[in-house]
Amino acid sequence: MAASKPAHMLRDEDLVGTNLEGLKAAPLRARRVTSVYVYEAPVRLWHWTNAGAIVVLAITGFLIGAPPSTLAGEASAHFQMGWIRYLHFAAAWIFAVGFLGRVIWAFFGNIYSRELFYVPVWKLSFWRELWEEVLVYAFVKKYARKFIGHNALAQLTIFLCFTLTGLFMIATGFALYSDGTGIDSWEGRLFGWVMPLLGGNLATHFWHHIGMWVIILFVIIHVYTVTREDISSRQTLISAMINGYRNFRDDSRD
Amino acid sequence: MAALETFYEVMRRQGITRRSFVKYCSLTAAALGLGPEFIPQIAHAMETKPRTPVLWLHGLECTCCSESFIRSAHPLVKDVVLSMISLDYDDTLMASAGHQAEAILDEVMEKYRGNYILAVEGNPPLNEDGMYCIIGGRPFVDQLKRVAKDAKAIISWGSCASYGCVQAAAPNPTAATPVHKVVLDKPIIKVPGCPPIAEVMTGVITYMLTFDRIPELDRQGRPKMFYSQRIHDKCYRRPHFDAGQYVEAFDDEGARKGYCLYKVGCKGPTTYNACSTTRWNDGVSFPIQSGHGCIGCSEDGFWDKGSWYARLKDVSGFGIEASADRIGMTAAGVVGAGLAVHAAISALKRARYKGDDV
Ligand code: HEM
Ligand code: HEM
Ligand code: SF4
Ligand code: SF4
Repeated sequence: MAASKPAHMLRDEDLVGTNLEGLKAAPLRARRVTSVYVYEAPVRLWHWTNAGAIVVLAITGFLIGAPPSTLAGEASAHFQMGWIRYLHFAAAWIFAVGFLGRVIWAFFGNIYSRELFYVPVWKLSFWRELWEEVLVYAFVKKYARKFIGHNALAQLTIFLCFTLTGLFMIATGFALYSDGTGIDSWEGRLFGWVMPLLGGNLATHFWHHIGMWVIILFVIIHVYTVTREDISSRQTLISAMINGYRNFRDDSRD
Repeated sequence: MAALETFYEVMRRQGITRRSFVKYCSLTAAALGLGPEFIPQIAHAMETKPRTPVLWLHGLECTCCSESFIRSAHPLVKDVVLSMISLDYDDTLMASAGHQAEAILDEVMEKYRGNYILAVEGNPPLNEDGMYCIIGGRPFVDQLKRVAKDAKAIISWGSCASYGCVQAAAPNPTAATPVHKVVLDKPIIKVPGCPPIAEVMTGVITYMLTFDRIPELDRQGRPKMFYSQRIHDKCYRRPHFDAGQYVEAFDDEGARKGYCLYKVGCKGPTTYNACSTTRWNDGVSFPIQSGHGCIGCSEDGFWDKGSWYARLKDVSGFGIEASADRIGMTAAGVVGAGLAVHAAISALKRARYKGDDV
């Protein structure tokens, strides 16, 4: 029985001389893991700041589109929409500056810090891995191969639904912002052209609003998949985004 | 060619006194946001410059621009400006008609070749060779192109000439087309609005006549001095917007108290125009002051952008119409349910895991 176990599963005798000596290996599911450093501190810091900014942006953005019901009393006693918009713009700045910082970091960080900004469509292996990942999510295959950075499906989704949509939100957001600061402001000069392209000012509001829903759907799916993968894939995910290290649960070759 | 009259001479000939003339110059300076030091400059220009004739053509339209124009708040401005332009050609305002009128057009074009300003109200329909709008027996589009050829600059009055307006609403059966898509080689000043505000119209035309140049334009070709701020930026209900006090229905308490009209579809936040500062009819009121949201009449495509009583247009397709939020929430619900099923299946598969394969 024990002989049929994969090499990385530890046996009772493997624990001798460790702090686990004397315990049973099987119920502990004791195993040898390989750990690699994937997400460097700036990437992790950015991920969580960015996630926070997006939560604030989505809530305040939704409220800008559909304000809460009318407040009673004098107008001078309230500044509700004022605060909602203030928070939206504050978070927008954090989001935009963070995005810029993340782009800059891609030049200095490890190769995994660059995965956010491209999809290797020119590589056959990418398409093979993508298909494999789809089969795993369709419960046809049990395990996908191991990945140090994002798996192919994750990279594609993140690129489309986060990187591109995020850029779109920044461009349309600052274009809308120039309504307040004027077309001669830097926002107007840099992003004002977006509005006529999308069919005008109102249409820009519309597409900015749709962009929010794309990102919300991404976040729902993202949180589900990283949690699921963290539980049942061959590597850890969530902790990798917290402490940077990714553990592989087995050492077998793919 | 005989020596051309100056503006001042034309005005005097029209019976305008010196005193009124000076008043007019100071009013103009004020209307254009210029300081008092500009008054002598304007007066000097009017006294010495040969008058620039304005030809005013009418295409597919409702004539609301002319209606607005002749109701300019200050009668003096109206009289002066009209005296400068109505002499020439404006088929709804001038006295002559028929062949006589068309002859004037040719005469002015000939005499002032390359020097006259063409003001266009309405737009040319292009379908069926332009036969949906016939002027003097010929399609309007022909007249427009002919007169535009030797014009110094073109003013597109109103949303029709600037953007197409109601007659260009989908599916636009007559192919009503804004002027800048028909005349491609002339400077075009767009003065959108349905109609544009009288003071804005007289302001633009006075600026061009007195300073002999085109006012500074924004990206869309509108004069910055009147179209650089939104209705929302100067709306007197703005404090209610910032406070979070809205009209939720046209007969509620908020409506009676004059709260912000954002939730009943006010397009003020996306509309560039001078209504909230200049107002209408001698500064009496403007739509928002009368309790109705702005419909965005000076914005491109306002006639096709969904309800005037909803903030954003609905998403249509697959035989349904719903707001972006409804679609988003439905999608989130569907995705959420899908993920729940996926999670359940994953958990069932996982339950058989003994921790010993990988
Ligand atoms: C993930 C990022 C973002 C999300 C989810 C988001 C969401 C939204 C939503 C839903 C609206 C309401 C649209 C409407 O119904 O009219 C909105 C408005 C707006 N957003 Fe964003 N936004 C994001 C990023 C940004 C950025 C980067 C800026 C840049 C400054 C920005 C600036 C604005 C502005 C100026 C408005 C219009 C506010 C107003 O009309 O008073 N947004 N946003
Ligand atoms: C608003 C919420 C969130 C957004 C917009 C977001 C966005 C992103 C993005 C863009 C990446 C790619 C990072 C890169 O390549 O540099 C990423 C990775 C990741 N995120 Fe999030 N995230 C959000 C919330 C969360 C939450 C709540 C969790 C944890 C439960 C999480 C866990 C992870 C993990 C584990 C990865 C690495 C995925 C991998 O290795 O393929 N994220 N996220
Ligand atoms: S009424 Fe319209 S223009 Fe005025 S503050 Fe409200 S939304 Fe803005
Ligand atoms: S308030 Fe809006 S709809 Fe009304 S005239 Fe002004 S721009 Fe047009």
